[in-house]
Amino acid sequence: MKIVVCIKQVPDTEAEIKWDIPKGVLKRDSIDTITNPFDEFALEEALLTRENHDGDIVAISMGPEKANDVLRNALALTVNEVYRLTDDAFAGSDTFGTASVLAAGIKKIGDADIIFCGKQSTDGSTGVVGAEIASILGYSPLTYVSKIRQIDAANKKIIVERVIEGGTEVVEAKLPAIVSVIKGINEPRLPNLMGIRKAAKVAIPEWNAGDLGVDKGKVGTAGSSTKVVEIAVPPPRGAGEILKGEIEDVANIVTDKLIDMKVIK
Amino acid sequence: MANDVWVYIEHKDGGIAPLSFELLGIGKTMANDLGSNVCAFVIGENVGDIAKEAFFYGASKVFVVEGEVFKGFRSEAYAKATTFLLDKYKPEVALFRATTQGTDVAAASAAQLGFGLCTDSIDLKVDGGQIKMTRAAFGGNYSVTVVNEKAKPQIVTVRPKAFAMPEKDTSKSGEVVKESFSVAEGDLNTKVLEFIKSAVAINLVEADIIVSGGRGLGSEDGFKIIKELADMLGAAVGASRAAVDSGWISQEQQVGQTGKTVKPKIYIACGISGAIQHLAGMRTADCIVAINKDPEAPIFKNATYGIVGDYKQVVPKLVEKFKIKLNK
Ligand SMILES: Cc1cc2nc3c(=O)[nH]c(=O)nc-3n(C[C@H](O)[C@H](O)[C@H](O)COP(=O)(O)OP(=O)(O)OC[C@H]3O[C@@H](n4cnc5c(N)ncnc54)[C@H](O)[C@@H]3O)c2cc1C
Ligand SMILES: Cc1cc2nc3c(=O)[nH]c(=O)nc-3n(C[C@H](O)[C@H](O)[C@H](O)COP(=O)(O)OP(=O)(O)OC[C@H]3O[C@@H](n4cnc5c(N)ncnc54)[C@H](O)[C@@H]3O)c2cc1C
Repeated sequence: MKIVVCIKQVPDTEAEIKWDIPKGVLKRDSIDTITNPFDEFALEEALLTRENHDGDIVAISMGPEKANDVLRNALALTVNEVYRLTDDAFAGSDTFGTASVLAAGIKKIGDADIIFCGKQSTDGSTGVVGAEIASILGYSPLTYVSKIRQIDAANKKIIVERVIEGGTEVVEAKLPAIVSVIKGINEPRLPNLMGIRKAAKVAIPEWNAGDLGVDKGKVGTAGSSTKVVEIAVPPPRGAGEILKGEIEDVANIVTDKLIDMKVIK
Repeated sequence: MANDVWVYIEHKDGGIAPLSFELLGIGKTMANDLGSNVCAFVIGENVGDIAKEAFFYGASKVFVVEGEVFKGFRSEAYAKATTFLLDKYKPEVALFRATTQGTDVAAASAAQLGFGLCTDSIDLKVDGGQIKMTRAAFGGNYSVTVVNEKAKPQIVTVRPKAFAMPEKDTSKSGEVVKESFSVAEGDLNTKVLEFIKSAVAINLVEADIIVSGGRGLGSEDGFKIIKELADMLGAAVGASRAAVDSGWISQEQQVGQTGKTVKPKIYIACGISGAIQHLAGMRTADCIVAINKDPEAPIFKNATYGIVGDYKQVVPKLVEKFKIKLNK
């Protein structure tokens, strides 16, 4: 089986975010970054799938040089190959641009059976890249996956559970499929020291627009239809009222206020 | 016609989610600003009643694609039908709810049409003829305004409950436009084998009231106390990641950056410190009540009403008061 996993580098949740305001993009080179937390689940699911069905895992990331860190982490976890998709022309891509580049990478890898990605990133958080890749490549779209029930590699079939509003859907799909995973599907393992040391020495191959056959005019800032025009810190929620005093009185006041909102029936 | 606002109507197995029509309200406001009309579109099997109901909430026209292949909800088939409709009529903008269903259809259609989309909008405005969409990013620490200049229609998903549900007027009706479009079963890659209904009675994303518990509850039993208050108020039960990771409650109930984003009218946080990743999922609630024994807990900076105290005393007291005041 050939397994591909898409990994994004995101700013550490605690890090200070720096923006290039005129361009409406992140200054990604000056902030601490981590692997997108959802992609850790994707990576673990790829490793588990390889353990159960054999095969190779190829991890890809689109991003600047710093994205090598997340690919090294994947190497330390023993993925077989990694590629960084990078080109000045990719900068500022919107979701469609990003999905187009990743889809081109997946095609270049060739013969993929399953492509794992995360439900969403913690920076852009649009949560649509997986569904877009599926749509571009015509592969089975399997989003919000909480469990893989069965993979039948010989017959190119997969059965998964998806958590959607109101319950869990059991879906059978043809392979190749894009599987975007939610938190809780597994417990990601950590790399060991030897893996980290080995990964540190690997030169990470790069694919640019030419290698991928991507039209530069259709990706990046040039090709993107969406544009960030304003970034603001949302106004703080009002100061808030701390209710002090006897619990009896406080409970009286709060219940009155909530009932006055006419939401409780 | 060309700059109409279209709203995707969500349903599943013929059952209408209570909030399916909620986007017709903001759709109508946008259409007024654009000098156009708000239209609905429905895909499914036997969806005549749903189409009719869309008029009650303000749609001036309803476009319908029907067929056996659309039975239940199947994102692939629904996305193909959506792409067909949007490509044929090219409205100015198409609004979807940012639910699992709405997001899947919107994303796949945008990709088929060949452009980006705006997701999880919490504010939408027409400004000088241009649609501006505001969303949260980085765990709600920033709000980002996005425009979609080259795409037509512009595809937008909107956070459930970000806008008020429009009034229902059963005297309204309008024109239903039936479109013949179909997908061959063999062209679909996926098949739903089974749907296992959740044991959770009230869906967090649709809930008007949420009572949430965190690590401060101390144990699984703490959720029994929380649940009593939730039941009294007809509320959903939510949780912090710490409570979920402790195994006290299911992952489905997690609110926050790696859980669900919710927008209830009332959010009662019990024993939750208010970490940014939790706030990311609930800070846009209309009213936040925080119960925490630590007066310095960050949640108090975001709470409309803060109660410093042990939830084991405060929550039962609230239940007692509500019982009397609501005659329950
Ligand atoms: C604040 C902000 C707001 C934005 N708003 C919009 C918007 O409204 N519309 C729009 O079209 N674009 C928007 N973008 C751009 C968007 O974030 C980028 O297109 C981004 O490259 C992909 O989107 P995402 O991070 O939201 O991915 P998501 O769809 O949230 O990510 C899902 C999964 O896709 C995979 N993936 C995503 N990106 C990569 C990557 N570079 N390399 C490898 N795997 C990846 C990962 O597996 C990830 O878990 C915004 C960006 C920012 C920073
Ligand atoms: C990438 C990432 C993603 C994350 N995603 C999420 C997410 O989606 N959702 C989420 O919630 N968290 C998320 N987290 C975790 C988050 O950072 C916090 O660790 C978590 O929210 C803390 O949960 P808590 O408030 O319940 O627990 P704590 O921070 O331990 O707070 C417990 C609170 O309870 C109070 N307390 C104790 N006893 C009582 C009592 N008897 N009565 C009243 N109050 C009491 C304490 O004073 C304390 O304030 C994420 C973290 C990371 C790094």
